[in-house]
Amino acid sequence: MMERNNPKGWLYLLPAMLFLGVFMVYPLIDVFIYSFEQGFNFASQSYDGVGMRNYSFVLRDPYFLQAVKNTFILVIFTVPISTGLALLISVGLSSIKAVRHLYQTLYFLPYVTNTLAVGLVFMILFKKTPYTDGLANLIIGWFGAGPVDFIDGPYWAKMFVLCFYTVWVVMPFKILILTSALASVDEGYYKAAQVDGTRKIRVFTRITLPMISPTIFYLIITGFIGAFKAYSDAVALFGTDLNAAEMNTIVGYVYDMLYGSSGGYPSYASAAAIILFLIVLTITCINLLISKKHVHY
Amino acid sequence: MRILFDELTKVFTDKKRGKKESVVAVDHFSFEIPDGQLIGLLGPSGCGKSTALHLISGLHTPTSGRIYFGDEDMTDVPVEKREVGVVFQNYALYPHLSVLENIMFPLDNLEGNKRISPNEMRSRARAAAKLVQIDELESRRPKELSGGQQQRVAIARALVKQPRVLLLDEPLSNLDARLRLQTREEIRRIQKGTGVTTIFVTHDQEEAMSISDQIVVMQSGRVQQIGKPQWVYDFPANLFVAKFLGTPPINVFRGSIRGGRLFIGKDDVFAAPGLSDQEVWVGIRPEGFILDEQGPLRCTFQSLEMMGRDISVMAGHVALEGERLQALLEAGSGIPAGAAQVNFSLKPDKVHVFSRDTQVRLDWQKGGMGK
Ligand SMILES: Nc1ncnc2c1ncn2[C@@H]1O[C@H](COP(=O)(O)OP(=O)(O)O)[C@@H](O)[C@H]1O
Ligand SMILES: [Mg+2]
Repeated sequence: MMERNNPKGWLYLLPAMLFLGVFMVYPLIDVFIYSFEQGFNFASQSYDGVGMRNYSFVLRDPYFLQAVKNTFILVIFTVPISTGLALLISVGLSSIKAVRHLYQTLYFLPYVTNTLAVGLVFMILFKKTPYTDGLANLIIGWFGAGPVDFIDGPYWAKMFVLCFYTVWVVMPFKILILTSALASVDEGYYKAAQVDGTRKIRVFTRITLPMISPTIFYLIITGFIGAFKAYSDAVALFGTDLNAAEMNTIVGYVYDMLYGSSGGYPSYASAAAIILFLIVLTITCINLLISKKHVHY
Repeated sequence: MRILFDELTKVFTDKKRGKKESVVAVDHFSFEIPDGQLIGLLGPSGCGKSTALHLISGLHTPTSGRIYFGDEDMTDVPVEKREVGVVFQNYALYPHLSVLENIMFPLDNLEGNKRISPNEMRSRARAAAKLVQIDELESRRPKELSGGQQQRVAIARALVKQPRVLLLDEPLSNLDARLRLQTREEIRRIQKGTGVTTIFVTHDQEEAMSISDQIVVMQSGRVQQIGKPQWVYDFPANLFVAKFLGTPPINVFRGSIRGGRLFIGKDDVFAAPGLSDQEVWVGIRPEGFILDEQGPLRCTFQSLEMMGRDISVMAGHVALEGERLQALLEAGSGIPAGAAQVNFSLKPDKVHVFSRDTQVRLDWQKGGMGK
């Protein structure tokens, strides 16, 4: 049995606790305090009161509301699509015998080379150059529609590109994790199911899915958190002035409030960050509650 | 259901570092398993027992030969149509389903006109659970059960669809010694109760001997001997079978037949009329020794052990294969203290003679025995 309050145990934990404290807990508390300091002046490092004014400003700021809308669209579309698609691909890959043995090397490759490759692919797909409107427009053209500017064009086109990009980027990681989860399901279960004449669909829904449910759950939770924190992908696609492009995200808004051209408002940034924290917390709690019923450890 | 093997062979071919390596896991099986019997498939690890079992279940397809259930050729019938129940070595119970759901799983797979109502499923699953005496555990998860209970769930799941054949792969190897004894009686009881033809695989000869109607002894993919356990023990077909069955194991000596008499080393032990002069292996069961000062088998005494009812004597002999021989004598047999030598006479029906070359059993005309 484990001994509680073993002093040696705490000693081993100390370095980690120190780092966590300095780099995570302290800033968190700091942000929390900042978010309630009203009328903070950067130059004099002074404020004129404590209250909810930062929150009411942020919650009425149209740029923030746009950022929240964008972030939610991103989360709602990319998490289910990327997880579902990755599951489909993983199951497909796992059912090919030759690939199953290679999976570690094979699937890690795109994971490593990803950033470069994706950048290139997106250029080919969506970027307008003097020579071409991009592959996506070529395909749209076949259906008789006019070219769409995916980078500077209408909102839905830009949102589509952002979602597409996000799904694409997270895919190799998810496939990697899911294929190894699938490979770790004991073959004995499948043999037992086969002897009992279980249909393939039923094997998948009644055996495979419950068996890998902890992994799927992990991917959904981290997917949600990752998507809520999205920022750099949008910058990579649409440049730094995301507010102008209507493509800002909550983290982007926080960043702009701190360092952007309209920056210098750490109180507003902190309030926005705390709001994001509350959203993520709520969603994660809901996830945990749902998982109690559907995840089998 | 009678099961018939006709020259059934399974060869595994693996590519290792570019080279093709093939293993003949099951080599020309040709025998019949009568309906309703409990058959123990016995052999050392890696001899092809599991492979043979799964040729019956259909999880392996034979390289050549045919297999029949009754008069029906099953060779090309897929697993799910064979109506076999399998208990896997690690049980393969679905960890996320309750005991009852696990047992119901095969019923829930039934389709078309075989499909039964959920209530019917439940009552059949309960009946199966009752049969293996786990009915009060039906809502637990497998991980909340002991090894023996998991075993029973696995058996119930295999039986619930009323299979034509029940197959068990090393069903007791994950259990501790006490549970193993108890569970093997249980398997016996269930098998007799349902009358389903059952084949169970084991590498433990005692296990196989104790509950099987017949045992099939295998080595390197080949059947060595088939028969009632006691008969196989009393008349081992070859040296391998003689060595594999029995605890403590049989004592093996280099011997020879000369002039119709059996010699162990230089000791002339008894007459063996009808055998021509040749070199042989002589196997003597531990219970085949009789302490006898005038006995022909002269051994060097090593040690003595009281084993409750029996006395176990360890001794050496020049012609012995291995370090020491073990003789089980009845308590009360006196060995003079400090003796350097013990002499034995032998019970002829506990002495088995095998050809030195082929290791096949040689029979002499019994009756003309004597010193
Ligand atoms: N799927 C397989 N592929 C290749 N060789 C196998 C396979 N299964 C079993 N073998 C080989 O066949 C032989 C018999 O194996 P098995 O039937 O599992 O033995 P046992 O159950 O008696 O221990 C072994 O040499 C084993 O290495
Ligand atoms: Mg085996």
